[in-house]
Amino acid sequence: MTVITSGEELGKKIAEAIPGSVVSSDKTSVMLESKSLAQVAEFLKNTPGLDFNYLNFATAVDYIDYFELVYRVLSMEHNHSLILKTRLYDRENPAVPSLVAIWRSAYFQEREMFDMFGIKFEGHPDLRRLLTWEGFQGYPLRRDYL
Amino acid sequence: MPIKTEPFYLNLGPQHPSTHGVFRLRVQLDGEVIVDVEPIIGYLHRGIEKLAETRTYTQVIPLTDRLDYVASMTNNLAYCLAVEKLAGIKVPERAEYLRIIFSELMRLANHFLAIGAFLNDCGALATPLIYMWREREKIVDLCEMTCGQRLLFNYMRVGGMSQDVPVEFMPALKKFVAEMPKFIGEYEQLIKQNEIFLARTKGVGILPREMAIDIGASGPVLRASGVNWDIRKKDPYSIYDRFDFEVPTGDVGDCYDRFWVRMREMRQSVRILEQAIGQIPAKGTVWADVPQFFRPPAGEAYGHIEAPKGNLGFYVVGDGSIAPYRVHIFPPSLMNVTALRDMAIGWKVADLIIIFGSIDVVLGEIDR
Repeated sequence: MTVITSGEELGKKIAEAIPGSVVSSDKTSVMLESKSLAQVAEFLKNTPGLDFNYLNFATAVDYIDYFELVYRVLSMEHNHSLILKTRLYDRENPAVPSLVAIWRSAYFQEREMFDMFGIKFEGHPDLRRLLTWEGFQGYPLRRDYL
Repeated sequence: MPIKTEPFYLNLGPQHPSTHGVFRLRVQLDGEVIVDVEPIIGYLHRGIEKLAETRTYTQVIPLTDRLDYVASMTNNLAYCLAVEKLAGIKVPERAEYLRIIFSELMRLANHFLAIGAFLNDCGALATPLIYMWREREKIVDLCEMTCGQRLLFNYMRVGGMSQDVPVEFMPALKKFVAEMPKFIGEYEQLIKQNEIFLARTKGVGILPREMAIDIGASGPVLRASGVNWDIRKKDPYSIYDRFDFEVPTGDVGDCYDRFWVRMREMRQSVRILEQAIGQIPAKGTVWADVPQFFRPPAGEAYGHIEAPKGNLGFYVVGDGSIAPYRVHIFPPSLMNVTALRDMAIGWKVADLIIIFGSIDVVLGEIDR
């Protein structure tokens, strides 16, 4: 059974290693400051004992006031998982560091989020629309897109 | 004097029989050797995630059928698991067993097509595919007997199944399971030692272990690279913890390993089916009494299963109304295709077709 890592405990660890990165944490997830996302991801992947080497899924949810990015990371060695979240309040120009350099499975998923929500991933090697065609206007999965 | 050459671009698809759907590959060639591959997707994008936001929880189930249409009942299961988690619904015992039976039948049906089409790509034109199709038809018949559909079943519901199986179902299933090992043996005999097949697949399109984990591969593609990771074992959902089965893995991660892992998985599926037939309660309801317009509490839930192609996940966000606020579908095929470029560079065009065929993608779930 995949153990769901306690977000509260891990949140403390992350906050110790990278001060100012954790906004809040609960039983299953850790809410992060969007700027420090890549740093935290690197910490989670490379810290012995945590070894989150597998990014399961990455997606965004439009809550109108903000976009919430959700990442589920997993360690195949220890069989434990964690949900990382971050919020982007800028609707006009939402931007967040890309995680492709850390987990390559983010490659298509970040392109998809760019396509569907218009979120810019800084440092993504090839940020283009994925499912809709070039020249498509608007971001279909935003709540105000009809 | 060296002859000056220029790279040559070749478009494979979107309408090409070897791309298994509307999938386009932009291939850069040097002579016949592949220099670069760029997959271009989205030709089958129907906006299922957006459509799901405007439908009630139950009305989303037929949409999920249209993801992996080769094994569509597994999509129903992943979605139902996520919603049941969100709403806190418990599924009756008999329905749990039926779910296992149908997911394993779907795994068999998928692998029949995957291996058959893969051999088609290898140049064994049509014959093996038709052999596999013969058994796939029997599974489709079993499903037709149950819910009247042959491709898009729409059979599962949140809280169980839409209806019980008919009385003729169990004898037919028992007959099918009893004769299945013989057929798998037949396929092995036909293919496994074939010299042309071995020459075309052994050592071709290697996906190393580390890269497989890095790109988020799952299912037979991940296991062929030597990672023992099966959600049925590692994070058992439904009642998979009650069954005794093994997880086959490969060593090298080449096309042959991916084929061979699928072949051995079919035997394990038959084992699970045998146990499920023995354990299933003879009577009982198959549906927890869930109201037609139920309102799960606001919150979020993630349900995932080991679909035939890999880890299929549904991330469902509810806002307390009768419709989901957001449904995110995490398809295994999209992740598995990420490393296609790395696997294909340096090989010939004919090998690209085999490598792509060995990944076993379905465009319905990549494009959504």
